[in-house]
Order: sequence, then structure tokens, then C-alpha cells
Amino acid sequence: MRISSIFYSIKQGFKNIFRNKMFSLVSIATMAACIFMFGLFYILFTNFSNMVREAEQGVAVTVFFDEGVTDEEIQNIQGQIALRGEVSRINYVSAEDAWTSYKQEYFEGYEEAASSFGNDNPLENSANLEVYLNDVSMQHSLVNYINGIEGVRKVNQSQDVANTLSDLNKLISYITGGIILILLGVAIFLISNTVTVGISVRKEEIGIMKLIGATDYFVRAPFIVEGVIIGLVGAALPLILLYFLYEEICVYIADKFNFIGSMLTFVDTRTMFNTLVPVALLLGVGIGFLGSRLTIRKHLRV
Amino acid sequence: MIKLEHVSKSYSAGIPALNDVNLEIKDGEFVFIVGDSGSGKSTLIKLLLKELEPTEGIITVDGKVLKKIKRKHIPKYRRKIGVVFQDFRLLKDRNVYDNIAFAQKVIGEPTNHIKKRVPKMLSLVGLAAKYKSFPKELSGGEQQRVAIARALINEPNILLADEPTGNLDNNNAWEIMKLLEEINEKGTTVIVVTHNLEIVKVMKKRVITVKKGVIVSDSEIGDDDED
Repeated sequence: MRISSIFYSIKQGFKNIFRNKMFSLVSIATMAACIFMFGLFYILFTNFSNMVREAEQGVAVTVFFDEGVTDEEIQNIQGQIALRGEVSRINYVSAEDAWTSYKQEYFEGYEEAASSFGNDNPLENSANLEVYLNDVSMQHSLVNYINGIEGVRKVNQSQDVANTLSDLNKLISYITGGIILILLGVAIFLISNTVTVGISVRKEEIGIMKLIGATDYFVRAPFIVEGVIIGLVGAALPLILLYFLYEEICVYIADKFNFIGSMLTFVDTRTMFNTLVPVALLLGVGIGFLGSRLTIRKHLRV
Repeated sequence: MIKLEHVSKSYSAGIPALNDVNLEIKDGEFVFIVGDSGSGKSTLIKLLLKELEPTEGIITVDGKVLKKIKRKHIPKYRRKIGVVFQDFRLLKDRNVYDNIAFAQKVIGEPTNHIKKRVPKMLSLVGLAAKYKSFPKELSGGEQQRVAIARALINEPNILLADEPTGNLDNNNAWEIMKLLEEINEKGTTVIVVTHNLEIVKVMKKRVITVKKGVIVSDSEIGDDDED
């Protein structure tokens, strides 16, 4: 195809949008509604995932050691555990730290009772490692691994919390994935329908083009340009709306519902839209491209 | 040259629109194809445009067997054939200039070439002054002239006209026929499908009469008595 033909197709694509204002508006509105819904679910999913991930990262397994294990050996064990991919961080809690923390928690207001222990540390063998995970679903295998390390006496874990969070994460992924798939299907169906209406209006034009020797590519190109532009505009508009809505809602919830705000932390707007913008724009362009390409294909057999 | 050998075309109902048609049209000929509605005239045009495939038989145009032309090469084949329809089939949202230029754009001609060529075609069909008009602002005869200019701008070897005067009054019909005759005199093969027997008689050209899908007569001069 010559460069002049490419420019011609692009120009025609733009012209087609203005020639068929109503059709273009309906298509953009349909696309915008679909991308808005997609964006909304993406935001909900990302925030839920983030919250679950934060909760997961607060889940730790505690590793206790055999009597007589030296600090050096504990450091070795810590090094071995740190090599595991599912481990996000490890805190070393010495026997002294454990006793100090215990006293603060259980002897507050009864300091005298605590001082009766003198310099003895009843938690002498309680030096431990708090191992935090990236992914709680890996907790079971990590615990098995740690149990196998020489010098490890016991590993405390909260399997119920891990399982609940892991299940919750999966559930959110499945539900959101399902909803997004349904939305995409609906978007392609709606766009295909609107493009069909647009094409049926221009069926005669396509017929004329074919009869005077236009190639399929030449006939198809303006429609695809049109579909892509509609997809791009249809994606950009809800993104702008979602951006401002998200910022406002985050601020509003943080202001009005302080108690929730402290429990739930929202993904910041920039991080959220750094991913959402290219994904939604690609989606819009992709749906516009596919919708117009698939639909016009049926009308090219002249 | 156009050659049809034992060409038949049946639609889904099974009744043949064309039945064992044998025909030869030489380069530069002017041929009328006449017959009643449903006689198979338009099917013949569609077969020549490769809009339809024959159920049986071989069609050869300028030495090319149409059956052997691959789908992707059909556009190139069609560029050698100009086509004019009864209902003009102009793009309503484009002016006269753009309608004619469109045929050149389709084949990827550069804009400079198009700018030189379109005015020439407009002069040929007598519409130089109306290049900015839209189809709805033109009479039927003028619209058909635009359609002819569009059909001719790519310099086809063959011009197919399917009932070109069907929507026109007598004066306009005659003007269109004169124009087609002039085009034929410049060397283009012209095939006109019509049921306007008055025109056929006066024009004194070769007349092929089709009845129920069969060629019933093929006379060299338009003296075939159909009425």
C-alpha cells in the first residue's frame, strides 16, 4: 500500500467519525461504559489485593531453637531461611528482647512482680526468628523446610490465618478475573454490534469500493482507523473520570472514616494509574481494532 | 476479448439464471444485451465482474480465465473493467470531484496525478462546471455522467453498463448513449445491458438477446425484433 493510501485511510477514518456522528457517539459511549466498568473493577481488585497482601505480610512464622544453639548458628539458620523466595523479611528476637517484650505486655502495672525474677531470664531459650512471607500460600512448604534445618526446635505458625488470607486472595482474583472477562466479552459484543450498524449504513459504499477495484485492505483500513480512534477516546474519557473519582474517594474515606483509613490503605493514585492507563488504553484500542476488523470481514465478500 | 464457454449459473433454488451460454465479444465492440427482467442479463454482468462464480463453464477476459483468478487478485482484475449501474451508486456524502477521484485513490494513484486526471474526465462527460456539486444536487443524467467518469478514470479496457438509462428520461438517456458511443469509438469495449429497445434499434449495434437464461439471438446490427 502506498504512503498516500495510508494517509488517505487515516484521513477517511477521521472523516468517517464525523460523517456518522451518532454512530460514533454511541460507540464511544459504549466503549467508555465498558472501560469505566473495567477500570472500576481493576481499582477494586488492586486495592483488595493490596490489603490482603499487607495482611499477608503481617503474618509470620516463629522459629525457636534447640537448647545450646549459639548466636552464630542462629545467624546461619537465618541466612538459610533468607534465601527462600517466599520470605520477605526476618526479624531476630533475642531471649532478652523476648523477655523485655513479655514484661511490657504482661507485667504492665505489676513491675514489682517482674522484678522478682531479678536478672534471671525465664525465656532464656526463647530466642527466635520471626519470618515474614510474601505469599502466605507458601507458608506450609516454608514451615516444612525450616523444620528440617538442624538446630530448629519448633516452628509456630497460624495456618488458619494463612489459609484464610490465601483463600481470600484466590477468591478475589477469581471473581475479579471472571467479572473482567465478562466485561470484555460484553464490550466486544457491544462494539461489534455498533460497528455492524455503522457498516450496514455504509454497505453500499463498501460494495462500490469493491466493484471499482479496492483491495480488502483499502476498504478495511478506514474502518479500523475509526475503530481504533473510537477505542482510544472511549478509553481515555473514563480514565480521566476514574482518576479524579479515585483521588476524591480516597481523600473522602481517609477524612470521614478514620477508623477504616487506618485499617485499609489505598494504593496511591499514581501507582494505580501507572498500570491502569496503559492497560485500559491498550484494551480500548484492541477492542476497537478487533471489533471493527472482525465485523468488516463479513462484509468484504463482494 | 471476452469469451464465455458453456457458462451456466444456478442460484440456490436450482433454477438456472444462465444456461449453457456461449459468447464471444471482441475488443472494441459495442454490444447490447437485452432481455426481460429475470432473463439473466444482470447475472452475466456479475459473472464478468467476478461478483459471482459460474456453476459451470469457463469465462475468459483478456486472456485470463476468471475461475483461476485468486481472491486477492480480484481487485486488480476489476480495475480493468469500468462499471456503471442503473442507480448510479455514487457516494452521497462526497462531491462530484471526490466521487471520481475516489476510483483513483482506490488504486493508489498519487494525488498530483489525480488532480490532473479528474478535470479531464469531468470535461469528457460535460460536468467540468459542477465538480463541487453533491449527487443530490444533480439530475439523474448528470449523476450517471459522474458514474461514467468514475468508471472510465482508470482507463479500463471494458465498460459494463447495467441498465444505464433505466432511471433517466428520454433526453438524458440519449445523451448517455451518445457518451457511451464516444467512449467506444476511443477503443473501449462497451457492453450495455438494457431493456430500452428503442435505443437498441436506433444505435444499430450488436444485440444479444437473453431469455430465461439462454441466448436466443445474437445479431450484428440492432434490428432484432423484440417488441
